[in-house]
Amino acid sequence: MNQEISIQTADFSLADEVSLLEHDNAVDGAVVTFTGRVRNKNEGKEVTSLTLEHYPGMTEKSLAKIIETAKERWRIGRVKVIHRVGELFIGDQIVFVGVTSKHRQDAFAANEFIMDYLKVQAPFWKKEACKDGNNWLDAKSSDESKAAKW
Amino acid sequence: MIKVVFFAALREQLNCSELSLSSENLATVADLKNHLASTDQTWQQVFASNSLLSAVNHDMVNSEHAIKSGDEIAFFPPVTGG
Repeated sequence: MNQEISIQTADFSLADEVSLLEHDNAVDGAVVTFTGRVRNKNEGKEVTSLTLEHYPGMTEKSLAKIIETAKERWRIGRVKVIHRVGELFIGDQIVFVGVTSKHRQDAFAANEFIMDYLKVQAPFWKKEACKDGNNWLDAKSSDESKAAKW
Repeated sequence: MIKVVFFAALREQLNCSELSLSSENLATVADLKNHLASTDQTWQQVFASNSLLSAVNHDMVNSEHAIKSGDEIAFFPPVTGG
């Protein structure tokens, strides 16, 4: 496994993912992982659950392009991206990005780059359920400026 | 024929997830947007939005992008994953 993308409704295990990144991989000394979870509040409102929708086909293609760009910019080994879809509750894991490299700088930078670009380019949409109803989240301009800084 | 798909808030506003139509007289994504906007007032409002994103065959494109028969064209709001 050099790179893998998984869009799934099922939960994932951080320990299992780290094992896969490390298995039979003696060349990489660094493993950097990021896990995103559902928060209990968003912009001051109490959130009870999230529903994630995506565009099958385009999602995988856009994530593959982001990973390809990261591989051109940094010397990285293995990459794994998992994004869950469907209904998720507070504390649930939403997204995982794992990157290995010989030395830590490449894995740190590539991991953050992949996450920042996933936020603004991969076709996922969150619908938030609150006590007073459901609403689609608005994109944040701060996410656009984070991605643009690369 | 082209396939047009809609996602998230857009799909709900239009009450439509996909449709097929003839690509005759539709040279670009902008032409398709104008054509769809002429459906009724709701569609007109949705397609007047500046933040609307479009993709052709799973690649993000701008309105000047050319379209041809067999293409899958998607319209959706800014993405909010992660």
